Amino acid sequence: MPTRRLSIVLAEDSLLLREGLASILDRAGHEVRDAVGDADTLLAVVRKEPPDVVITDVRMPPGHSDEGLRAAAAIRAELPSIGILVLSQYVADAYLSSLLETTTGGIGYLLKDRVGHVAEFLESLDRVADGGTVVDPEVVRQLLARRRNDGPLAALTPRELEVLALMAEGRVNASIAEQLVVSEAAVRKHVGNIFAKLHLEDGLDRRVSAVLTYLRG
Amino acid sequence: MTPWAALASPRYLVSSWPWRSYAYLFTSVPMGLLSICILIGAAAAGAVLSPILIGILLLTAFPLLGAAIGWVERWRAGLVLIDGISSPHATIPASLSRREKLRFRRRERASLRALGYAFVLGVFVWPLSAAVAGVSATTLLITLAAPVIADGEEMGMGPWTLDTAQEGFIFLLAFGPVFYCISSYLVGVVAGAEASLAKAMLGPRQEELQRNLAELRRSRLDLVDAFETERARIERHLHDGVQQRLVGLTMTLGLAELDLPEGQGRQLVVKAHSEAEAALADLREAVRGIHPRVLVDHGLEAAVREVADRSPLPVTVQMALPSRLPPPIEAAAYFVVSEALANVTKHAQATHCEVAGRIADQQLVITVTDDGIGGARTGAGTGLTGLVTRLDALGGTLVIDSPPGGPTRLRMECPCRLGD
Repeated sequence: MPTRRLSIVLAEDSLLLREGLASILDRAGHEVRDAVGDADTLLAVVRKEPPDVVITDVRMPPGHSDEGLRAAAAIRAELPSIGILVLSQYVADAYLSSLLETTTGGIGYLLKDRVGHVAEFLESLDRVADGGTVVDPEVVRQLLARRRNDGPLAALTPRELEVLALMAEGRVNASIAEQLVVSEAAVRKHVGNIFAKLHLEDGLDRRVSAVLTYLRG
Repeated sequence: MTPWAALASPRYLVSSWPWRSYAYLFTSVPMGLLSICILIGAAAAGAVLSPILIGILLLTAFPLLGAAIGWVERWRAGLVLIDGISSPHATIPASLSRREKLRFRRRERASLRALGYAFVLGVFVWPLSAAVAGVSATTLLITLAAPVIADGEEMGMGPWTLDTAQEGFIFLLAFGPVFYCISSYLVGVVAGAEASLAKAMLGPRQEELQRNLAELRRSRLDLVDAFETERARIERHLHDGVQQRLVGLTMTLGLAELDLPEGQGRQLVVKAHSEAEAALADLREAVRGIHPRVLVDHGLEAAVREVADRSPLPVTVQMALPSRLPPPIEAAAYFVVSEALANVTKHAQATHCEVAGRIADQQLVITVTDDGIGGARTGAGTGLTGLVTRLDALGGTLVIDSPPGGPTRLRMECPCRLGD
C-alpha cells in the first residue's frame, strides 16, 4: 500500500466507473477530492484548488470525443506541477501524440482495463505523481511495431530499443533486468548508451526525455 | 418484345399477338369514350361554374385528369408492350402536404402530355380502333359462319351468291385463311401504331430518365448515410454500455483479488478477471471493425496510421489530406485501406506495403501498393466486393492492378467536394 496520501481529482462520465475508481483509490489510502463527470467541471475544480494528480477519461460530455485530453492539455499548460493520468477505452497513439506534444513527464496514458490490476495501477499513479511517464504496454507494443528508419531511434540497437520500450512502460532498471533476464549492470550500460545516442544532456531528467523521444517516434 | 418485332416474326399468325392486338383495339373504345366524356364534362362544368371559384379550380385540375387517364393507359398498353411503359412522373417528396402533392403532380410536363394523349385518344384513336377492329372482326365472323348462314337463306358475297351449306363451306375454305391473314396484320399494325403513340406521349423523356437516375443515386447515398449513422449508433451503444460495464467488472474483480486470502476462491476470481479482460479485448476489436473511434475523433489519416501500426507488415503511410473529409467518404476510404492491408497480410507474401492518399481534382485518391506475388482480384469472397458497392454509391471506383508475380497496386478514387 502507498507510502503517502495523494490528493486526486477524478473525471469520468460513467457513474459506474467513477465510483469503482473512487473506491479503489479510497482503499489505497488516497484522497479523492473531487469526482466529476465532464471536462468543464474538471477544469473548474482543478483551477480552484490544484490537486497532486488528475485522473481523466478521454471521452466525456458534451461532445464525447476527446474533451478529457483537451482538459489535460489545458491543465498542463496552466499548472505544470500536477500529474496527469489519462484513461482510455482505446489503444490509439493518435491520442497519445496530442498528449505528449506539450509535455515533459508527470503524465500517464493507460487503458481502462489496467485499473483492474489494482496494484500495478496504483504503482503507475505513484510514478505519474513523481513526474514519471507511464504508457500502456499495449500502446508501447504498437509503437514498437512502427519503427521508423529515419528518426533519432535509428541509431539504437534492437536490444537498446527493447530497454527503451520497457522504460516507456515506466519500469525501473531492476524490473527491466528481470524482464530481459540480464543483470542490472547490463541494463545500466544499455541505458547509458541510449542517453548517449539520443544526445541527452546531463541535468535534465534524462530518463523521461529518452522515453519521450521514443514515444514521439 | 414490341408489336413490330412480333409482326416481323414468321410465327405471328399462330401466336397470341393478333388476339392481343384485338383486345388492345377494342378496349381503347370504352377508354376513349370515357376520356372524351370526362374531358368534355369537366370543360363544361368549368365553363358553367367559372363565375364562381370552383370553375377555375376545375380547369386547373385538367392535367391531373390527364395524369389519371395516363396511368390507366400505361397499364392497358401492357397488352401489346411486354415491358410496359415506365412512368414519366417524378416521385413526390413525402414531406409535402396532400394539397402540395397535387400541385406538384399538376405542374409536371408529363401530366400535360398525358392530358394531350387523353384528348387524342378520345377524338381520333378510339374511332380508328373501332373501325379497323370492328370491320376485321365482322368479316372474319361472317366468313366463319358462312356455311350456317348459307344453309338457311341466300347469301350475297361480292360477285358470288351462296345458297347452300356446301357453297358456304367452300367460301370459308377459300377465303377464311386469306381474311385471317389480312385482318391480323392490319389489326397488328394499327395496335402497334397506337401503342407507339401511347409510349411516345406517356413514357419518360430523356431528361425525365436522367432525373430518375439522379433520384436513384440520391436514394442510394441516403442508404449509405443511414448505414453510417447506424454503425455509429451501435458503436456508441457498445462503448457507453457494454464496454463500461465490463471495465467496471474488471475493477470489482481486481478489488476482490486484493481482499481474498490465497486459496481456491482467489484463484477463481483471478481467472474470472482475466476472462473479463479477454471479453473486453474481443469487444474492443469488434467495435473497431464497426466504426473506429479514431476515425471519428481524428480523421482518416490518424485512423489509417492506426491500421498500419497494427499490421504485422511494415507499412509506410503517406497522406496529404486537408483536415477532415465528409464522414461517409472517410469511412469508405478507411475500410478500403483496412481490408486491403488485411488482404496483403494474408495473401500477398509481401515484405513491405505503402499507403498513399491525396486530393486531386476534387477526388480523393488512395493507393495501396505492396511488393508481393500479385494475382489479386476483386472477385467474390474478398471483403472488397461490398466496399466496391459502397464506393459506387458515393460515385467512387476501386481498381486493382495485380499481374502475376506482382506488384499489386490498389487504387481507390472518390469524388469529394470539400465545400459540402
